[in-house]
Amino acid sequence: MVKTSEVNPGYFHKVVDCQYACPAHTPVPEYIRLIAAGRYTEAYMINWESNVFPGILGRTCDRPCEPACRRGRVEEQPVAICRLKRVAADFKDEIGHLMPEITVVKNGKKIALIGGGPASLTVARDLAPLGYEIHLYDDQSKAGGMMRSQIPSFRLPESVLDEEVDRILNFGIHRHFNTYVNSMKSMLQSGYDAIFVGTGAPRGKDLTDLPGRWEARTKVHIGIEWLANVAFDHIHKIGKKVIVLGGGNTAMDCCRTARRLGGEDVKVIVRSPFNDMKASPWEKEDAMHEDIPIIDNHVPKSFVVENGELKGMYFEKVMAQYDEKGRRKLIPTGEPPAFYEADEILIAIGQENSFPWIERDLGIEFDEWGLPVIHEKYFSSTLPGVFFGGDAALGPKNIITAVAQGHEAAISIDLYCSGQPLEDRPPAQVNMYSAKMGIHEWSYDSYVTTDPRYAVPQADKSQTLRNRKLEVELGYDLKSAFLEAQRCLNCDVQTVFTDSKCIECDACMDICPTNCITFTEDGPEQELRMRLLVPALNESQDIMVSGPLKTGRVMVKDEDVCLHCGLCAERCPTAAWDMQHFLYNTAKAGQSCYV
Amino acid sequence: MTYIRPAFHHPALPQNELGYTRKDYEGSISTLCAGCGHDSISAAIVEACFELNIEPHKVAKLSGIGCSSKTPAYFLNQSHGFNSVHGRMPSVATGAYLANTDLLYLGVSGDGDSASIGMGQFVHAIRRSLNITYIVMNNGCYGLTKGQDSATADYGYVAKAGHKNIYEAIDLCGLAIELGAGFVAQSFSGDKKQLIPLIKAAMSYQGFAFLNVLSPCVTFNNNSGSTKSYDYIREHNAVMSGMDFIPVKEEITADYQEDTVREIELHDGSYIRLHKLQQGWNPEDKYAVVNALHKARASHEILTGLLYINNDQMPLHQIIRLTDTPLNKLTEQALVPGAGILDQINASFA
Repeated sequence: MVKTSEVNPGYFHKVVDCQYACPAHTPVPEYIRLIAAGRYTEAYMINWESNVFPGILGRTCDRPCEPACRRGRVEEQPVAICRLKRVAADFKDEIGHLMPEITVVKNGKKIALIGGGPASLTVARDLAPLGYEIHLYDDQSKAGGMMRSQIPSFRLPESVLDEEVDRILNFGIHRHFNTYVNSMKSMLQSGYDAIFVGTGAPRGKDLTDLPGRWEARTKVHIGIEWLANVAFDHIHKIGKKVIVLGGGNTAMDCCRTARRLGGEDVKVIVRSPFNDMKASPWEKEDAMHEDIPIIDNHVPKSFVVENGELKGMYFEKVMAQYDEKGRRKLIPTGEPPAFYEADEILIAIGQENSFPWIERDLGIEFDEWGLPVIHEKYFSSTLPGVFFGGDAALGPKNIITAVAQGHEAAISIDLYCSGQPLEDRPPAQVNMYSAKMGIHEWSYDSYVTTDPRYAVPQADKSQTLRNRKLEVELGYDLKSAFLEAQRCLNCDVQTVFTDSKCIECDACMDICPTNCITFTEDGPEQELRMRLLVPALNESQDIMVSGPLKTGRVMVKDEDVCLHCGLCAERCPTAAWDMQHFLYNTAKAGQSCYV
Repeated sequence: MTYIRPAFHHPALPQNELGYTRKDYEGSISTLCAGCGHDSISAAIVEACFELNIEPHKVAKLSGIGCSSKTPAYFLNQSHGFNSVHGRMPSVATGAYLANTDLLYLGVSGDGDSASIGMGQFVHAIRRSLNITYIVMNNGCYGLTKGQDSATADYGYVAKAGHKNIYEAIDLCGLAIELGAGFVAQSFSGDKKQLIPLIKAAMSYQGFAFLNVLSPCVTFNNNSGSTKSYDYIREHNAVMSGMDFIPVKEEITADYQEDTVREIELHDGSYIRLHKLQQGWNPEDKYAVVNALHKARASHEILTGLLYINNDQMPLHQIIRLTDTPLNKLTEQALVPGAGILDQINASFA
C-alpha cells in the first residue's frame, strides 16, 4: 500500500480523534494539558479562539468529541472533555487584555446579522476585529438565541451566558434588539455589504392532527416556546401532573424545568425505545435522577378533555423492529391503549426552520421542503452576499455546529467583501515539533494513568428542584480536574516514523503495550490489516505504513488503540520514531493572502 | 521519565487455549539498551510460550550473569526463576531438574556466560543431556562491561573502538553437536518468523535443545566492522530451510515442492515441518551438518535454521533411570519404605 505521507497534516489531524470529531476542531489535548499544568487562562483562550463559548459549551455541548475519544476504546469511559472545558472557564483569570483589538477606523463594510444566537455571534466575533461594522438583529431583548431561550438556567446560569455573549457585543456590535426582521427585501435595500441569517430553527413541531388537541389547547404547550417563556419570566408555574412528549434534549429540559415550576408527577413519554432516544445519555440520567420516569415505546393517540378540562392522554403501545439495514419500524403490540393522567402537556418532538420573512422572489432559492439552498462548505445562498449558518442553514443540530458554521460563513463573508472567490479559502494552520527532551523525557506527560472517569459533583436535589436558576452541576474542583486531565492520552503528540533511520531491531514492536506496530511484508490495505499482530478491524482508524525498509518489509502501525505513551520512541535506538506535538488550527476569517 | 509500561492492552488481544493473552507471559519492562537484540528474543519467548499454551507456573527460567542473563526478568513474570552465579546456571538447572522433572526448563545465557566463564558447565550439561532449552543470546561482546571482545567474536572483526580481533571464535553450535546435543539451531534476533517456531520446537524437544541466537549489541557491536551487527547478519544469513512448528499432525496445505519438505515428529506428538530446504540439506545427518558449518565459516556465511536434530536422544532422567515421580513429590513413606521392603530386597540376594 502507498506509504503514509508524514507531511500530510490530514493524516495526523485524523489521529486526534476528539479534535477531528469536533465540528469546530478545537485542539482538545492542547488545552487539557494546559489545565493539568494549572494554566486555565491559556486553556480558556485556546477554546475561545476555536469555539467562542467555552463556559457555555463546557456545560451544554453535545460533546461529539467524547464518543470519539480514544480512551473509550481502551477502557470504559472517555475523558470528560466537556467538563474540563468548563474548568478552564471557571478558573481563568481576567482575560480582557487578551481580547483582539477593535479598531476605531473601520474597513468600510457593513454586515447585518439576523438572529442573535451562537452562529451570528461567531460571525460577529470573527469579523469585528477585522474592521467590519456589524449590525445584530434579534426579536428578543437580549442576544444569545436558543442558548438563552431554550437552555434552562439550572444547566446554564445566566451570568455565564451573559459574560460570553457580552464579550462579543462589546466588540462594538450595533444592537437591534426587540426587532423582528419581517422582510429580507427591505434588509437587502438597507445598504449592507453582506447579510448573514442565523435565525435558528424557531418552530416547534406540533401534534395538530391528534383528537382533542384543539379542546386541550390552553393546557398543551410547544416545548421550546414554553421554555422561552420560562426563561423570559413570562411563565412561573405548571400543573402538578405533567406529561412531556418527545425524547430529545429539549424534552429533558422541559421535564426538568417542569419539576422546578411545581410539577410533582412529571413523566417523559416517547415513541422510540429508550436506547434510540435522541437525548444525550447524561441528560437522560439527570432527568431520571430528578424522579422523572421515561416511558418508551408509547405513541400519542389522543388528548382527553372532559368538561373543558384536560384529563390526560391515550397512547398506543408499540415495539421496535429493525430490518437488515437497521431501519426502525414501530409495530403496535395490540395491547389496549394506555391512559396517563395530566394537568398540562409539553410537546417537545422536534423543531424546524421557518422563513416566512424571506420573500421568494429575491433570488434566494428554496428547496421542495421550504429550506434555503445552501453551499455546505461556504454557507452561501444562491443570492450573492447572503449567507446562512447554524440551525437556519442545514437544519437543527447543536451549538458547536453553529459555531463551526459561523466561522466558515465569516470566512466567506470576508472573501466576498474583498472581491475574492469563495473557494480561495485560507488553509488550516499546522505546527509540528519534537517532544524529545532526553532518553526517557518528553515535553508532555507520557505516563498513562488507569484512573476511571471522575464524576462531576452535583448540588443536592432538595435544593435544585426548588430554584430553577440554581445550577445543578457544581463542576470539578481543581484536584479532580487535574486527575481527569491526566486521563487524556495526548493523541496530538504524534508518532512520527522515519523509515531511512530504521534498523529493524523490532524494539518498538516488542515494547508497544497495545500491539499497534508490526513489521511485515507489504500488501494491499485490506489484506495488510488482517496480517497485523492484532488485526486492524476498526476501519474508521487509519493504518500508518512506511516505505520499504532494508529487508524489503514495511512498518505498519494501527492507529486505533495507540496510547501515545512514547515507548516506541524511547526504545528506538536510532530515533526512527519520534514523538511530535501536532497543533492543528482551522482557518479563521482574515487569514487569507489578499492580492 | 517513564520506564513504566501502561497497564492498558489491546481490547481485541487474542487468547490461547488456556484463556491467556500475550500479556500474561510478559515480564517487567526491559532496562537493556534501546534496540538490544535480547529484547527481541524475550519477545519471541513470550510469543512461543503463548502459542504453545504453556501454563506459566510450569516453567522454570534460569540464567547466569550478563545482559542476556538479565532477560528472564523481562518475560514470564509468573514463572519460577533463578538468577545464578556467573556461568553456573547449568549446575543450578541440573539440580532443579533432578528435583522436579515436571517443570519445563528454560536456560538463558550469553556468549560470556557460556563460552568463557561457564564453558566447563556448558559442555557438561550437554554431555549429560540435560532436558532443557538452552538459549545463548550471542552478541560477540561483553556489553555489560563496555563491549570487550568475547570468545565468540569472529577473528578479524573490527571492534567499535577500532582494534581487530586476533583470536579465533568458539563456534557454539559446532561444539554442541560435537558433544552430542540432540537439538541444535541457530537464529537471529531480528528474524522472529524463524526464531519463534525454533523456540517452540526446542521447548517441545526431549533432551538438550540448544539455540544460538545472534543478537546485535546496538551500543557496542553494531558498527560497520562488526560481524554481529544487524546489517552484517542480514547480508550473510544463509537460511537452511523455512520451518513450521505443528502441535498436531495436519495435512500439508501450503504449496511446497515435494523434495524440499521434510517432517520430523517429536516425542510429544508435535511435528517440525521444514520447507524450502537447501539442496541436499539433511538436519538429521550429523556429518553433513558439521561439514556445512565448517564450510560456512570459511565462506563467512551464517547458517540459520534448525541445524541438527537427533530424535533418539535420551534425556538425563532416562539415562540415570530416575523415578517417574519427581523427587520433590516423593513422600517419606516412598523414600523410607520400612523394614519389610528391606527384608525383601535382602532376601532377593539369597
